[in-house]
Amino acid sequence: MPRWGMVIDLDRCIGCGACVVACQAENNVPINTEDVYHQRRAIAWIRLERYWEGEFPNIKARYIPVPCMQCTNAPCEPVCPVYATYHTNEGINMQVYNRCIGTRYCAVNCHWHVRFFNFWEPKWPDSLKNQLNPDVTVRSRGVMEKCNFCVHRIVKAEQKAKVEKRELRTDEVTTACAQACPTNAIVFGDLDDPNSAVSKLLAQAEHEGRVYRLLEDLGTDPKVYYLKKVDIEAAAEPAAAH
Amino acid sequence: MQERHRLGEEEITRELFRPLVTTTPMMWVGFIGLGAVLAIFVFAVSWMFYWGLGVTGLQRPNMWGFMIVNFVFWIGISHAGVMISAILRLTQAEWRRPVTRAAEVMTIFSLMTAMLHPVIHTGRPWRTLYWVFPYDFWRNLWPDVRGPLVWDPSAILTYLTGSTLFLYTTMIPDMALARDRTTGWRRVLYTILALGWRGNERQWKMQTIAGFLLSGLILPVFVSVHSIVSWDFAVSLVPTWHATVFAPYFVIGAIHSGVSAVVTLMALMRWLFRFDHYIRLEHFDAIGRLLIAVGTGWLWFFLLDIFFAIYPQEARELEIMQFRLFQWPFNVLTALIFIFGYFIPVPIWIFQRFRRNVKIMFWTSILVNVGMWAERYWLIKPGLMRKYELTFDWNWYRPSIVEVSIVLGSFALVGFLLLVFSKIFPPISVWEEKEGQHFAQQLQVGKRVVNAIVREF
Repeated sequence: MPRWGMVIDLDRCIGCGACVVACQAENNVPINTEDVYHQRRAIAWIRLERYWEGEFPNIKARYIPVPCMQCTNAPCEPVCPVYATYHTNEGINMQVYNRCIGTRYCAVNCHWHVRFFNFWEPKWPDSLKNQLNPDVTVRSRGVMEKCNFCVHRIVKAEQKAKVEKRELRTDEVTTACAQACPTNAIVFGDLDDPNSAVSKLLAQAEHEGRVYRLLEDLGTDPKVYYLKKVDIEAAAEPAAAH
Repeated sequence: MQERHRLGEEEITRELFRPLVTTTPMMWVGFIGLGAVLAIFVFAVSWMFYWGLGVTGLQRPNMWGFMIVNFVFWIGISHAGVMISAILRLTQAEWRRPVTRAAEVMTIFSLMTAMLHPVIHTGRPWRTLYWVFPYDFWRNLWPDVRGPLVWDPSAILTYLTGSTLFLYTTMIPDMALARDRTTGWRRVLYTILALGWRGNERQWKMQTIAGFLLSGLILPVFVSVHSIVSWDFAVSLVPTWHATVFAPYFVIGAIHSGVSAVVTLMALMRWLFRFDHYIRLEHFDAIGRLLIAVGTGWLWFFLLDIFFAIYPQEARELEIMQFRLFQWPFNVLTALIFIFGYFIPVPIWIFQRFRRNVKIMFWTSILVNVGMWAERYWLIKPGLMRKYELTFDWNWYRPSIVEVSIVLGSFALVGFLLLVFSKIFPPISVWEEKEGQHFAQQLQVGKRVVNAIVREF
């Protein structure tokens, strides 16, 4: 049984936003107009966030892609009264759109803010209606949605493997964001398979001491790992400056 | 000792049934005014259902807003009924008699209004009904009992059932009285509701025992309901929500706002229905004294909540505490809660002169509830706005006109239901009033004549 996970190397990330666009296209995420964005109701299963590091004048703008962390002990799961969000045995935190009644408690209890609510009826321009992905449900107004590690791709690959009577091959399946990333900053794979790209990358980065997870100390055990940016300037600065 | 007007049985019946038969101009103003606000409420809710929750001010970090704050507020108000009637019935406090009925009815209507909020707040309530009532057991899909949103409706429905039964048990003798004195549709209604009450000894005995039993049984529910409502917040990981003190804190806050709301109601009943002989100044005096204790208890828990945030020295908890105590606009809100919830009303209640002044009691009780509404907002919102250190997700919450209408409309809804109730049922328990008259005696103590309650067991 695979345990899906993701590694995002911030040293490679150039903040181009290809992952956001790929996800948008893959998962039938509605088009975020400027209006919706300013209302803070834009839906982006993986989003590029900017933050500032350091004190003026040595201040640096940083960006970080934030998908769902797929927490092992996800805080969003036990608070749903109707089991609309649950854990698959492959470790993916799933959302059942048809069961969601819209209490939004999961979003209140998600501290990475990766759960998105359909405040409005999702709409696409007519020219885009034919390019919706048939493998992914089109959500309606009033339900929660979130990144699910492109579960339809995983299911498809697993079915194919089953038909061909074989095990799923290492790194046979990847998510849309990882596939679209021009610098290979996002890597997706099975954390339990020592030969997978994620495991190798993690083992190496662990050695360099670059691995961290967002809000790790909350104890939810996220399955999205970040690799620290290697900041040559900061490393060059003497430690005595602090 | 002040003069007490001795009332005959017939006089009590006639006066307490008066709102049922006559509608004063003030009551018409109430009906029309509250009805108008209620129409706005219905329009706002329909508007929200039609367009989606986009018309509210809710957005990504602020997924819960005014409607949830208002839900907690009305659950709080609903605690008054049981506080007043069950506890005071069990302790046999005589001053409960004129206020029990109104308090219990307010419990039920505010509980119903409160329950409306989480339902409309989902934006598509028909889906809630579809998935939850009746539950989809045949597909082996059970509600997630780990979640507080399952405990919460269970507790509230238990409380609603219990308090409705409690109210109904105390209403049966009055229904029989009304049955014997009315004609037409009212007679049919009261005949059904009186359940064949004839007022014989066995029936009185059973009614009394049922009343006592229900007050005893409802007390644990009364403590549990607001504890469970507080767990809606306390079991989550949001800083400043995640506190063990929440359960007793919410309960005491609920009693504070609920008992104050009873004072508001008492004053309104005195003015609207001219029940001066029944809701007397000594009742305001007694409830004022109770409020001093309750208010001080609430202040103690309010400070404890702040203390428990400071004591573990947890950086994130402190961050939000600092935000909501010292940063605009929450610093003003904190001051408002302190001043309205405690520092204006409680020092006023200390003086008997003020406790026996209906106008002052009315306005202080309104102040308390303004403070308590603000307190619920203060408890719930800041933690959501700035949950953790991911600053890019911080945002302010600005309620839209739809949410404001829903909040105002909920007040109109409770008021309207109370007015309708008092047109159909006597707003003061007639038999309890009469029973009180039977118990009341004038005793000669030295040279003075003292009103006293004598009971034989």
